[in-house]
Amino acid sequence: MKYSRKILIGIVATLALSAMLAAGCSGGGGTVIIGGSSTVQPLSESWTEAFIADNLDVDISVQGGGSSAGVKGAADGTLDIGAASREMKSEEANTFPNLVVHHVAADGVAIVVHPGSAVDDLTLAEIRDIFAAGSNDKWTVINREEGSGTREVYEEIVMGGVKVAPNAEFLPSNGAVKQKVASTENAIGYISLGYVDSSVKAIKVDGVACSEDNVIDGSYPVMRYLNYITDGEPEGTVKDYIDFCLSSRGQQIAADEGYIKLG
Amino acid sequence: MMSRYTIDRLSSRVVLAFGVASFIVLILIAGFILRESLPALREVGLFKILFGTEWYPSYGEYGILTMVAGSILVTVVSLAMAVPLSLGAAVLLAEVAPPRVRAVIRPAIELLVGIPSVVFGLVGMVALAPLIADLGGKGSGSSVLAASIVLAVMVLPTIASISEDSIRALPRTYKEGALALGATHWQTIWRVLVPSARRGIMAGAILGTGRAIGETMAMVMVIGNAPIFPTGLLSPARTLTGNIAVEIAAAVGVHQSVLYVTGLVLFVLVMIINSASLLAYKRRVD
Repeated sequence: MKYSRKILIGIVATLALSAMLAAGCSGGGGTVIIGGSSTVQPLSESWTEAFIADNLDVDISVQGGGSSAGVKGAADGTLDIGAASREMKSEEANTFPNLVVHHVAADGVAIVVHPGSAVDDLTLAEIRDIFAAGSNDKWTVINREEGSGTREVYEEIVMGGVKVAPNAEFLPSNGAVKQKVASTENAIGYISLGYVDSSVKAIKVDGVACSEDNVIDGSYPVMRYLNYITDGEPEGTVKDYIDFCLSSRGQQIAADEGYIKLG
Repeated sequence: MMSRYTIDRLSSRVVLAFGVASFIVLILIAGFILRESLPALREVGLFKILFGTEWYPSYGEYGILTMVAGSILVTVVSLAMAVPLSLGAAVLLAEVAPPRVRAVIRPAIELLVGIPSVVFGLVGMVALAPLIADLGGKGSGSSVLAASIVLAVMVLPTIASISEDSIRALPRTYKEGALALGATHWQTIWRVLVPSARRGIMAGAILGTGRAIGETMAMVMVIGNAPIFPTGLLSPARTLTGNIAVEIAAAVGVHQSVLYVTGLVLFVLVMIINSASLLAYKRRVD
């Protein structure tokens, strides 16, 4: 009997404590949840870090999930800001007419191969043929999952309606593709320019290198905007945060992270 | 103060309530999956989903037959590796190993159960896949073979510990009788103990099958997730669980509903496996 009373007291105390914690979290500076595109995620993390340093009472959490999840989350309210590395599809815009899209940075999609590969320049048509043919003795083709914003931009600009062969590997994030290409000698994949480093080689497309300058002046063909999506015009902390991202300091952070400044 | 008899009656009610609750949860889950599957069943049709071989959601093609094949192949190959290994481990622990060796090996095997599957996946992705790529001579190593090896290690402790328990649970007279008749230790194990414990060993294998076919995270990381019929052990493939995990976050509308159908198929597949093995088991007992 004594024992069970102790347990009861323990349970009550735990409940009371968690109720207090929950109340404490909902009060004060406000919580913002950002989620969606894995391309935008590292950028959101850097922005958040800098923004929180100036606004100590604000709590921002950054999640992944893919661009379509970003759009969906912004629409159903599970996310305060949905991140997407593509524009909204007309289907989405029709279903969720309240969503507002904010361009927050630009980005190139780099075609990457193993650093030891002899290939360093392909035409758009050659790349399309490689992806349409799929994995074989010559290439191991790495694709992204359905619903990835990077994949949709890639399919639109590079594939132009031609399907990527189903025997390509499907990986669920930029980081996973980079890791796979870095460790596979004959791999070819595509990732956000912001993710490119020395572990992989970004090849030239039609003779144009995937560099910041070439993406900005439009000579590198595979370019897209990175977007924050909100349900209605942003207010309060969300507005302050997006304004910060668009400020010159925010844009400098984007450039430092390997993405491309707006403007 | 309640009398012992009141407590006795009350406790049986409480236990009954718990039992019924878990059954209700099962019904609710099944009902929910079925409800979410309806749009896809209506718009695409069960036949097209179940027997379609093309998976291109953005083009409205939702065939999951390749993934049914992928799931079954990976499960079969991994069990073909895990069952003999587990049986060996069980015999070692139950019969051969001296107590001090057993005191080390048994906890070690049990510890394997506690390792999160994402860690198995990570090791598979970073260490095993490149190794297979080197030996196979091409590709990235993400393959049915890599997935099966990872899975075999994951189900090994389940099968091994249940098999060991069932060998240990045999009446002492079996062993003593066999030895008294002049059988060697090995003959006793192989001809008497293992066959007598086959019910338990099979139960372990069934549990292992259930875990294997339901495993997700480690599979996503090592199998390559290509929605094709695997052309061999070195070919990539996609499992039913992996299909849901990779795409659910981004899926809307019919695409999302088809993923629930994928779950439904998985559900039915597990039920078929369980009832089939139950049937086989019954026949053997009869």
